[in-house]
Amino acid sequence: MLQALADGILSGAIIALGAIGLTLTMGILRFANFAHAELITWGAYMALAAVSLLGPLGGPIGPFSFGLPLILGTIAAMGLTSLLALTIDGLVFRQLRGTSNHLTLVFASFGVSLLVRMLILLIFGGAATYYSNTLQIAIPVAPGLRLMPDQLFALGLAAVLVVALYIFLQRTRLGLSMRALAENPDLTRVNGVSTARVIRWTWIIGASLAAIAGVLYGLTVQLRPEVGFHLILPLFAAAILGGVGNIPGAVIGGMIVGLAEAFAVFILPPGYKMAVPFLILLAVLYVRPTGLFAGTAGAAK
Amino acid sequence: MSGFGIYLVFFLIIALNYGIMVLGLNLQWGYTGLFNAGVVGFYAIGAYGTAILAGPDRAALIGGFGLPFPLAILGGMILCALAAIVVGLATLKLREEYLAIATFGIAITIQLVALNFESLTGGANGLVGLPRPFIDAFESTTSYNLFFLAVVACVTALVYVALEAAVRSPWGRLLNAVREDEVAARSLGKNIALIRLQAFVLGCTLIGLSGGIYVAFIGFVSPLDFLPILTFQIWAMLIVGGSGNNAGALLGAIVVWALWTMSGLAISRFSPVGFQNQAGAIQTMLIGLLIVSMLIFRPRGLIGERATVSSHKERGAP
Repeated sequence: MLQALADGILSGAIIALGAIGLTLTMGILRFANFAHAELITWGAYMALAAVSLLGPLGGPIGPFSFGLPLILGTIAAMGLTSLLALTIDGLVFRQLRGTSNHLTLVFASFGVSLLVRMLILLIFGGAATYYSNTLQIAIPVAPGLRLMPDQLFALGLAAVLVVALYIFLQRTRLGLSMRALAENPDLTRVNGVSTARVIRWTWIIGASLAAIAGVLYGLTVQLRPEVGFHLILPLFAAAILGGVGNIPGAVIGGMIVGLAEAFAVFILPPGYKMAVPFLILLAVLYVRPTGLFAGTAGAAK
Repeated sequence: MSGFGIYLVFFLIIALNYGIMVLGLNLQWGYTGLFNAGVVGFYAIGAYGTAILAGPDRAALIGGFGLPFPLAILGGMILCALAAIVVGLATLKLREEYLAIATFGIAITIQLVALNFESLTGGANGLVGLPRPFIDAFESTTSYNLFFLAVVACVTALVYVALEAAVRSPWGRLLNAVREDEVAARSLGKNIALIRLQAFVLGCTLIGLSGGIYVAFIGFVSPLDFLPILTFQIWAMLIVGGSGNNAGALLGAIVVWALWTMSGLAISRFSPVGFQNQAGAIQTMLIGLLIVSMLIFRPRGLIGERATVSSHKERGAP
């Protein structure tokens, strides 16, 4: 039971990091980006590529399975994932932003998700991989609960990032512009905020968090090209559950989805775990479509 | 019949059957502006529904009602409609993207049910040994396939004619009104959510019909026939042919299926041994590239939607 709780919180933290980026793009750019989850896979594999290049830079640090190469690799992955997001935006989404039917953007993101997933499969192959082959010994944290040091690290990092992002959105000028654009685009533009700049930073922040989520997923589970595809539904469920555009909401939504998946094994056969986010999504849409917490103005119709 | 002729018959059966699916999707996206990201899920419901209703009684399995195929396919279509109602009621009054997300979710869920609910779906093995309608009346596979092609062509033509009549009716104009200007349609007292639900459920039912016909043709169902790539293929067919045009939908089905099979042949012939996975990835990327580039460069597709002008103007009224 306690173990399921810990597992749920861990996968919830990873879902939350992905869902933050998704909820930002849904709130600010106003479309459901099916390709967002592929940024997670891309980030994870970019870090893998960097680790294989930087491998000689040092062994594992302390109790963790990773060292300097993965830390540098993650930073590189954040940059490369932001680059991919901005490239996709420039090549595809910007071309379509003016079209009358805004679902065209959703449609395009659906096609882009397939392209990115297949590109990763093409470059890295389909087999499951890991950042390191060192075996980790789980340390007892509480009676009946054992965790890997890597898992504790992942949780800690996710918590720090969420708090940092919250402070950024509340306290900085750019954060204020982002929230304003999500709330009322026309009024924001009238006040002289550069929409293009805000959109650019939305992609960079969303993609960087996705890259970190991907690395943490690879660190605590494993790396496969389908990682993103399997995360699409949990991410959407978390973002909608938390209220579209609402950052703390996405975090809590991610936690709820992660915990529900972990505890579902007590009720459902394990094969149905992936259907849990869908059931949550349906329940939210039927009972409280605005999500648990109020989203931004553009969210509800 | 030559080898190529035999293959052509097989090709046309599959392409026209996909055409029914594209017609259903066209009703949803082309005419009403609904994004269904779970085409393969509804196709699977139709296929499994048909297989369970038509299959012979088996000790280890639920179902096996041994119904005649037309009834079994009808049953599969009704199951599809029910699933569409559950998803539609949850999402069609909300932000438009929610339908896309929920349909994506139901497709994943159906795939899980197909793989894991072994006593109903046969799990990874699928359901094999289903009866094939009228197979005894034909002495060779070739003549049976020709007969089946005739049946599929008739059904496709019937669906096409019915849809053409529907989209030209006042109801069809309402679909367009909902797509183009929801506020205007609502201000005329139209029930937007209900119209959306009707178009969505009808479209999904047609996708289910296609699934049922597929099962009748190949005589088994396997979860491997219902991979997510199919959704992308059907979408590529619609966008290539021209969404908002039923003839375009059928043309797209044939063109894209031809491109897909030919690229598959080319890749299996020319890719080095040991690189089949990568070659498959390239083939799939082409579908993604086709969708994205059509959306950007030629959103009308090959044929595209006819411009609708007020009927008063055609009559020469002032």
